[in-house]
Amino acid sequence: MSKTVTEHTYGNMLEVKDLKTYFLTDAGIVKAVDGISFTLKQGETLGIVGESGSGKSVTNLSIMRLIPSPPGKIVGGEIFFEGKDILKLSESELRSIRGNRISMVFQDPMTSLNPFLRISTQMIETIRLHQTISRKEALAKSIDMLKLVGIPAAEERVTNYPHQFSGGMRQRVMIAMALSCEAKILIADEPTTALDVTIQAQILELIQSLSKKLNTSVILITHDLGVVAGLCDNVCVMYAGKIVEKARTEDLYKSPSHPYTYGLIQSVPRLDKAKNGRLFSIEGQPPNVIDLPPCCPFHPRCHKVMDICRTQYPPTTDLGGGHEVSCWLYGAGKEQANV
Amino acid sequence: MTKYIIKRLLGIIPTLLIIITISFFIVRVAPGGPFDGERALPEVVKRNIEAKYHMNDPLLLQYGRYMFDVLRGDLGPSFRYKDHDVNFYIFQSLPNSIMLGVIAISLSIVLGITSGMLASVKQNTWVDYLSMALAVVGISVPLFVIGPVLQYVFAIKLQWLPTSGWFTAGGDWKTIILPAITLAFADFGVIARLTRSSMLETLRSDYIRTAKAKGMRNSAIIFKHAMKGAMLPIVSYLGPAFAGIITGSVVVEQVFRIPGLGKFFVQSSFNRDYTLIVGVVIVYSVILVIMNFIVDVVYSMLDPRITYK
Repeated sequence: MSKTVTEHTYGNMLEVKDLKTYFLTDAGIVKAVDGISFTLKQGETLGIVGESGSGKSVTNLSIMRLIPSPPGKIVGGEIFFEGKDILKLSESELRSIRGNRISMVFQDPMTSLNPFLRISTQMIETIRLHQTISRKEALAKSIDMLKLVGIPAAEERVTNYPHQFSGGMRQRVMIAMALSCEAKILIADEPTTALDVTIQAQILELIQSLSKKLNTSVILITHDLGVVAGLCDNVCVMYAGKIVEKARTEDLYKSPSHPYTYGLIQSVPRLDKAKNGRLFSIEGQPPNVIDLPPCCPFHPRCHKVMDICRTQYPPTTDLGGGHEVSCWLYGAGKEQANV
Repeated sequence: MTKYIIKRLLGIIPTLLIIITISFFIVRVAPGGPFDGERALPEVVKRNIEAKYHMNDPLLLQYGRYMFDVLRGDLGPSFRYKDHDVNFYIFQSLPNSIMLGVIAISLSIVLGITSGMLASVKQNTWVDYLSMALAVVGISVPLFVIGPVLQYVFAIKLQWLPTSGWFTAGGDWKTIILPAITLAFADFGVIARLTRSSMLETLRSDYIRTAKAKGMRNSAIIFKHAMKGAMLPIVSYLGPAFAGIITGSVVVEQVFRIPGLGKFFVQSSFNRDYTLIVGVVIVYSVILVIMNFIVDVVYSMLDPRITYK
């Protein structure tokens, strides 16, 4: 498929290595993101899935260095973008990347646009921040972008305020704004969670078609495996601040290796399997990530739990074809586990 | 919008009529009267005086006559001060109070918003602690303490400024400085704290994160994206605060010997000077109602989500 072509033709757009983002709270250290690594290739759409609190959003805010600090702090790791470590950039270098080379679309379009400013003001300011063009040209470009994301009567609506748009339309505006400087990477943080199901599909299609058209790489954060299946080339599954499984989308669905991934896929409601009427669910709650002991954080909920899972975090095993899993059931870990 | 403004302005009239009516009757319900003293007046004298002020007429007739006068712009004769009528006392003192009040509230707005903004942007640093400490002093230390302390330091010890007086009563323009600062203190404290908390809340909102993700500078984010929203609570506080401050402060007028309106609020009640009480109530309510109206209009200019029909 196109996957192999992509891998050979293009280099890595973004390389995250051993990223650690901790929150220093009164209750203890919250290891929201604890040593994760992944790469994003040009034109690739990467899905990051996980439950609430698994560290998906923190990962991506870390890439933009938008973690509220204090209490948040990126304590380790490297994030390479265009040959430079984002974590080592100065504030002004960082600003020239934000919204320009890497841009973000947030979860709630109702609150992510400034309610006090016209859409035109917010879009023009984004464009003029990164490109030296006149207000008039920037306005024309804003209108073009709004047309591109399917806002009807864009010439008139550009001067509206956010509250004059519906939720789906606001998310389109956010996407238009995010792509107005031809960003190389678009980070979409649960872009459809706050929207109606019918609108969700439209927005996802829009992100997909625009990223193809503009050759933008996309990181799509979601807790919806259905969304991932339709859109993403590769998937990272996160649990308690760690990536537990990483694979091409087909591989992940065909052979989910981590018991957590397996559970997630089983919990997706399916029309063809609703025989006994009960939906599968993973027992228990996600762990409290404050002062987590060294263990597999999933072990209390795992149906294949072994003794070693309770005392040591498993190493990452390559199952071939870029399919990686962190579980004692596989690879070198397996023998250790059996001892 | 024009329609709304006209509607609101017309709505002011019944509001004021109700306020005047209620005040008119309430002051007469209160025990005691304008001519009661330590020593009772001789019966004949009292009857004569009461007849002069029409106090023996039926109450409703008095009310009707008073309303008729008020609508013509005449607030009636004072029951206590023989030389002039209520209009005279108000027009003589109100400009002084307005002048002092406007200077004081401008001071507290400028200093309050500035220090509140600094405190929120530099949260949990010495800037924050210092400005919030000052704000607490302003809110909690009464004017009759702040006033004399300022007088002691700047007038008596340093001899930079006069202790008291007023420029229309023979003093120079410097006499306005200390009372204005004293009067500004309390509102400064409230405005600084309001600005800080409102700004902190705004800075945590999603659209500020969006602005950061767009690559904007912090200063641009604060002034372009956060200011408007953060100013809303301050605007709504300023309406009543402005009305309160320009109608004078008894304490500041006493401490600095200023011929303002404030003293009439207290003295007229002690004297049961019916027309003067209702007179100052009318002045205060007119200003308050107008200020609230202005607040609503400013609100709709700041926040596009608010539309009036």
